[in-house]
Amino acid sequence: MILINCPYCGEREQSEFTNGGEAHVIRPKDPDSLNDKDWGQYVFYRSNPKGIFYERWVHSHGCRKWFNAVRDTSTDTILKIYKLTDNKPDISEFQSSLKSPSGEPAVGSGNFAVKK
Amino acid sequence: MKKKYSILSLIKNAFSNNENWEKMWESPEPKKGYDVIIVGGGGHGLGTAYYLAKEHGIKNIAVIEKGWLGGGNTGRNTTIIRSNYLWNESAHLYDHSVKLWENLSEELNFNMMFSQRGVMNLAHNEHDIKEMKRRISANRLNGLDTQWVDTKQIKELVPIMNTENLRYPVLGAAFQPRGGVARHDAVAWGYALRSNEMGVDIIQNCEVKDIKTDNHKVQGVNTSKGFIRANKVAVVASGHTSVLAQTAGVRLPLQSRPLQALVSEPIKPVINTVVMSNAVHAYVSQSDKGELVIGAGTDGYNSFTQRGGYDVIEETVRAIVELYPIFGKMKMLRQWGGIVDICPDASPIISKCEVKGLYFNCGWGTGGFKATPGSANVFAHTVAKDEPHKINEAFNLERFSNGRLIDEHGAAAVAH
Repeated sequence: MILINCPYCGEREQSEFTNGGEAHVIRPKDPDSLNDKDWGQYVFYRSNPKGIFYERWVHSHGCRKWFNAVRDTSTDTILKIYKLTDNKPDISEFQSSLKSPSGEPAVGSGNFAVKK
Repeated sequence: MKKKYSILSLIKNAFSNNENWEKMWESPEPKKGYDVIIVGGGGHGLGTAYYLAKEHGIKNIAVIEKGWLGGGNTGRNTTIIRSNYLWNESAHLYDHSVKLWENLSEELNFNMMFSQRGVMNLAHNEHDIKEMKRRISANRLNGLDTQWVDTKQIKELVPIMNTENLRYPVLGAAFQPRGGVARHDAVAWGYALRSNEMGVDIIQNCEVKDIKTDNHKVQGVNTSKGFIRANKVAVVASGHTSVLAQTAGVRLPLQSRPLQALVSEPIKPVINTVVMSNAVHAYVSQSDKGELVIGAGTDGYNSFTQRGGYDVIEETVRAIVELYPIFGKMKMLRQWGGIVDICPDASPIISKCEVKGLYFNCGWGTGGFKATPGSANVFAHTVAKDEPHKINEAFNLERFSNGRLIDEHGAAAVAH
């Protein structure tokens, strides 16, 4: 279980929160002008990186407020938490712990056999 | 040379303390190029190699695995096999698989320990009953053997179940007698053994770092053992499929999440079928060793850590103890997590894509093990012929733009 530092309530267990998937997905301004493929991209396709991931959380069993987080999905380390009104932090602020796209990080992986 | 296993070979090797068993497959260095490279040495990937060699005469194949064979989700699931899915497309796909499971031990001359002990899906409320009866009707129209069993029949099949004295009483169940469990390692090893005999190179401890494409055509893969050229690349890397697809510039509608399972200390036989419950989120079966095999749910967020949160286990174990008070004092031996790739409609993708020569078999989410032989069989057809088999035609990538989704959130059972 990971701890999440709610910007309004402080650090709580992850089970108090609900994940809202990828952050900064913008609804197309003029959906009628999109073809099926582009609309499908908006509805069904989300980033799924191993490494740095921008995501939304809501403190369901707390203040019930939404906020954004940057998390390394290969280790579950939360790198930054920011409010919805804050700007999207630049990816260059964060360092990925991965040596290769599908590789395992030095710490945090449950897959010990492939760790180098 | 074809390796045969029999009672005689067992006795013979018992005399030498089982230390002189021949190696089941070679571990060669990769060649410069192959006709087909399969990324991912789990059951689906090795099976694909087997059917490509056996049914389509393509033998210049490499299966590249970053860890060890069957060490990903093939070795991390709860080994449940069933085909009671709602929609025609899924019923055909999963039943194709169950039919292959039924003869697999004989076909590969390798014991799959496939045990058709039945799979039961419990109903806990009026909605469950209606939804399950609808699914049973759909299944029967597709020729599947699913049937409704009432509480009395459930008690006869599983005497240890608490059906009344709990918050969500057990009101009945959908039961598929042809469902069951199999040995998870055996399917990977069996396919590896027989495909290796037909000339397939199995390369372990070799990570595919990226897929090289040129002008929308696949060129090969960069690996930790260098570049390997290939005419066709088939990616069967479960949770990591979307990561690899990204390196070829292909976006897939997948989200990777940890899915956990746990086993208890071994006990004498108490439960001789597989019982699943979507509503209270518990499923359990008993392995031949006597351990209870319990499946938990997925974590609520994307992750590649192969661990999963403790609260997810707690929720499952709570439901198990309420359903089976007899398990209340049992100790759990092991817990583990695997990274599953979940599709928006809880159905897999077995498809080619916009890059020529690049194929994906992914999105199996929380229920890929049951489909191993069927998925491998139709995927081999897709790779060999560059067009889908009739059975996997509907499981294409286009469905996420034309809207022909195959929504199996109900039949995919727990964890979605």
